[in-house]
Amino acid sequence: MNNILNQIGIENYIFLSVILFCIGVFGVLYRRNAIIVFMSIEIMLNAVNLLFVAFSTYHQDAQGQVFVFFSMAVAAAEVAVGLAILVSIFRNMDTIDVGNLKNLKG
Amino acid sequence: MDTSLVLVLLLAPFLGFLFNVFLGKKAGKSVVGIVGTLSVVVSFAITLYLFGNAGKEPVVVNLFDWITIERFNVKFGFLLDQLSILWLLFVTGIGSLIHLYSISYMHDDEKIHSFFAYLNLFIFFMITLVMGSNLLMMFIGWEGVGLCSYLLIGFWYKNQDFNDAAKKAFIMNRIGDLGFLIGIFIVGSLFNTLDFTSLKTIITTIDDINDLWIALAALALFIGACGKSAQIPLYTWLPDAMAGPTPVSALIHAATMVTAGIFMLTRLNFLFDMAPSVQNIIAIVGAVTALVAATIALVQNDIKKVLAYSTVSQLGLMFLALGFGAYEVAVFHVITHAFFKACLFLGSGSVIHGLHGEQDMRKMGGLKKTMPITFITMLIASLAIAGIFPLAGFWSKDEILMTAFHHNIVLWVIGSIASIMTAFYMFRLIYLTFFNSFRGTEEQKHHLHESPSLITVPLIILAIFSFFGGIISLPGHSWLNEYLAPLFSKVSHEEHTLGTTEYALMAIATIGAIIGIGIAYKKYLKDNTIPSEDAEITGLSKVLYNKYYVDEAYDAIFVKPVNVLSSFFRDAVETTLSALVFGLGKVTNEIALQGKKVHNGSVGLYLFAFVLGVCAILTYLFL
Repeated sequence: MNNILNQIGIENYIFLSVILFCIGVFGVLYRRNAIIVFMSIEIMLNAVNLLFVAFSTYHQDAQGQVFVFFSMAVAAAEVAVGLAILVSIFRNMDTIDVGNLKNLKG
Repeated sequence: MDTSLVLVLLLAPFLGFLFNVFLGKKAGKSVVGIVGTLSVVVSFAITLYLFGNAGKEPVVVNLFDWITIERFNVKFGFLLDQLSILWLLFVTGIGSLIHLYSISYMHDDEKIHSFFAYLNLFIFFMITLVMGSNLLMMFIGWEGVGLCSYLLIGFWYKNQDFNDAAKKAFIMNRIGDLGFLIGIFIVGSLFNTLDFTSLKTIITTIDDINDLWIALAALALFIGACGKSAQIPLYTWLPDAMAGPTPVSALIHAATMVTAGIFMLTRLNFLFDMAPSVQNIIAIVGAVTALVAATIALVQNDIKKVLAYSTVSQLGLMFLALGFGAYEVAVFHVITHAFFKACLFLGSGSVIHGLHGEQDMRKMGGLKKTMPITFITMLIASLAIAGIFPLAGFWSKDEILMTAFHHNIVLWVIGSIASIMTAFYMFRLIYLTFFNSFRGTEEQKHHLHESPSLITVPLIILAIFSFFGGIISLPGHSWLNEYLAPLFSKVSHEEHTLGTTEYALMAIATIGAIIGIGIAYKKYLKDNTIPSEDAEITGLSKVLYNKYYVDEAYDAIFVKPVNVLSSFFRDAVETTLSALVFGLGKVTNEIALQGKKVHNGSVGLYLFAFVLGVCAILTYLFL
């Protein structure tokens, strides 16, 4: 275990997860296809998961990995609900372009 | 036994009220009258029974505990002693007669069911007032009779003047009621009880009594009595109260309700005996009221207004007696006054009925022949109120004046002048109404008739009592004084032994009355003077005719400033406040309108704002 961190420094993991997270954020902001937006959210989640695991190893503490299990389980549940919503939006509006979803206009 | 009797006595008029309110319209006019009258007659019969069987000891009936706060306890209870039984006797007795009279008098009125409902409710509250065993129970009745008085003065509510009179009566009474309430509070906090019997024991036995607070309590209670019994400065509502139907004037504004103040003072005699300074005020207020009201009555032309001012004046005489601690004398005058004033009012009602609503004495005259029974009964009552030997008024008024003579010669002079004036204006009324020739229209003359027997029978009964009523308290052998003796803590004030002074006083009073009648005779019968039209009245009589401009003065001193103040609040304060409040609303609205633009429904924008927000929070937290 220690070997990996010795070979590749902890800072690289942090950089990677920050880059992944930013990709996710920009994906959410710029893409209009709801499925892509969804995938971007997953990327953000996994960036955080990566960070958890990295720090767990760094601190020699299993807690971080336990949290990752939880967050993966929750993410799976969320995907199921989110995709179901997307399906029903598509059935009702014939589109999954978030730019067209303007029913929340105040 | 006592409990159920008392409950029936109390609730019979209330049941009459409920019946007339809810079923009266369907039941028809005659049923309404009969039910209304019977419910009071039942109370009268029970009162007679109680009067016959009453022992020396008062009967206390406690229904339940009403208010209990630590050691302070008010029971929902009734006290039947000599005083309350006496009051009940004439309240329900005269009440029955007036109900009987109203059946005929109000027969053509379409709202006769509500009239009887209000009358029944009035009797119910009057009984509560009289029988209450503590100040709070009395206050319930006190407020209730005020309410009924308001409802009945404004009974013909389509006339705005009548409504105004009703409101005036209610508001003036409210001022007095505030005094009464303050008095109750002071008494309650001083002695921890409001019960009459315990108060009497405490006040008569306690040593270290706080004079100042006792005097304040007595003064506050006296202000309450002033409101209800129409004394200066709160008397102006009573003459206006004549707007109500005449039976109401007779029952409420002459015989019963307006004597509630005297009842209260007599009930609390032990308290007032502890406050001699307040007693002086009471005597002075009474004497001044008697004189002022009598002078106003001299020149009034409305037959009911004369009687109204006469009532105020007579009530003043009663307060004069109360001020000297001569409670039984005041009670005696209350009783005789109830007889002859009710008779006079009912008689004037009979006249008004005969003339189809005419109340101006300048348009009456010569009714002696067409209305003989009304004439004779009113003549007897007038002789009684004028104080002619041996009618009821002679004895009671004479006792008041005698008491005044022994205590304060100035007040005696004032009282005597007032009673000479009484003789004058009463006979002015009689001469203008019944003598000489008729001055109304031909049409009225054609319809002149004696009133039906439902009206004349109560008149005759009351006239008989006005004639013989004095026997209950003849000087020397006063049944009334003995009957009431247990009530008073002090040994009844010096019994007037009939010496030369007393005979001289009686003679002076009688001569005064005869002089008053003589002047009226000369002016209105021999010279056949008719009071001039309103516009032609000048000089002193104009001041008197306009009631010393007291109403106008009150208007200028109290009503106008209040109006100015309220329009100030309406125009200045309220506008500012609402500008402020509405301004806040407008600002919120404007912000919302601008903020609404952000909510354009674009998910992208929301997300962008969300990310920006998270970035901002992170920046704040870590940098």
